[in-house]
Amino acid sequence: MALQSLDIARRSATTTPAPGVRQTTEVAKLIDVSTCIGCKACQVACMEWNDVRDDVGSCTGIYDNPVDLTAKSWTVMRYAEVEEKGRLEWLIRKDGCMHCADPGCLKACPAPGAIIQYANGIVDFHQENCIGCGYCITGCPFNVPRISKEDSKAYKCTLCSDRVAVGQAPACAKACPTGAIQFGSKEQMKDYAAKRVVDLKMRGYDKVGLYDPQGVGGTHVMYVLHHADRPELYKGLAADPGISPLVSLWKGIAKPVATVAMAAVALGSLFHYVMKGPNEVSKELEDEMEKEDAK
Amino acid sequence: MIRNPKDLQRYDAQERANHWLVGICFILLALSGLAFFHPAFYPLTQLFGGGVWARILHPIIGALMMIAFVVMFFRFRALNQMTAADKEWLSRVGEMIDGNDHNMPEQGKYNGGQKAMFWAMALCMLLLFVSGITLWRAYFSFPVDLVRLGAVVHAAIAAIMIAMIFVHVYAALWVRGTVRAMVYGTVTRAWAKQHHRAWYRQVTGKS
Repeated sequence: MALQSLDIARRSATTTPAPGVRQTTEVAKLIDVSTCIGCKACQVACMEWNDVRDDVGSCTGIYDNPVDLTAKSWTVMRYAEVEEKGRLEWLIRKDGCMHCADPGCLKACPAPGAIIQYANGIVDFHQENCIGCGYCITGCPFNVPRISKEDSKAYKCTLCSDRVAVGQAPACAKACPTGAIQFGSKEQMKDYAAKRVVDLKMRGYDKVGLYDPQGVGGTHVMYVLHHADRPELYKGLAADPGISPLVSLWKGIAKPVATVAMAAVALGSLFHYVMKGPNEVSKELEDEMEKEDAK
Repeated sequence: MIRNPKDLQRYDAQERANHWLVGICFILLALSGLAFFHPAFYPLTQLFGGGVWARILHPIIGALMMIAFVVMFFRFRALNQMTAADKEWLSRVGEMIDGNDHNMPEQGKYNGGQKAMFWAMALCMLLLFVSGITLWRAYFSFPVDLVRLGAVVHAAIAAIMIAMIFVHVYAALWVRGTVRAMVYGTVTRAWAKQHHRAWYRQVTGKS
């Protein structure tokens, strides 16, 4: 849900500036994969705070439950069993909206105000304005939004915009028992991550790093990954995410070019008529037919 | 316009109904589709009862147009085969646009421009239909890369199609005495002799 109490930086399908005289601090959630124990307290807290209950699924032989994000499960734990240097590593990643600085969903959305980006960086869906077309799914580089089968509206993690608006941390961060989910200003989170990176390097993870992909302008949900050189190890986390060039073309240059081209053809027709006049049947032929009839 | 019993029948009732079914669908599709394409056109969704209704109706109207167009395609396909005279006509289309059609080569029921438009529209319709299916999330689910390609193709072809329909409608308005052919089916003999002389000879048996 969108809250007016937070300042809006960008609004979908809107060509004029959003109200933005006030600046707010950019926030971020930092998920330290190395300290996550996979307890799913974050999933539970998310359901509880947002008051959505997904249908009870069935076990598919892995810990992932539910197995994928849904319109009612806005965050899921993804468990990857990976063998590194002869040792089994259990890589557990909390998946959900990354709150991109340059959100593909917002770029693709055709409904004015259905997707908004707050000045603090949170990207939020405003279901009241959502028309259910699914363009947000087409635009998202992380495959996050889901259309509800019940109401045909798109849903995803709100980064608890309602809690953040009143100075609270998101429910998942509040519930995490190991401190693997941290929340604060983006700067603070980067500083915290830097310390974690130093610590993990000392423990032998020489490829450890912060996941804050610049292809989408950075994200407001970041990861500390022990294998930052291979994000795809973490159940297919995108190595170099960005808005697809096709989406950029479709929702970028194509809009003005096609609009001007269509207008040019319509106006060209009008001016052709005005300058060349109608193509009338010649008087000669009209007379010829009249003569024929008189016979 | 006074109807003359000697007027020539150009389209029968079924052909006209078929054409207008496609035409009405196209207008509704263009209006709702533009609304999703550019925010400037978003208010057009109000014509359909709001954004959600426009989203629900657009693909259904699209499927209906496709069915009607396929029928129309097979109805008129044989009449739209390109001939040498058509190519000659197309190569000199500049004179026509300039308003000087006296020296244009003699044309059958359709001129080269109309035939080119027919095939271009058929291709566009096919592309719009196929790409549109990839975007119809209520009933279909395709890999996201295919959907992205579908979105670009759908938007680009739709813009081309809308521009072509502007030309199609304008040509009918510009060449006076044409619209009536698609409204009540007949044209005057003088019109036929001027614009489609070979067809005129064929239906009247005169020179």
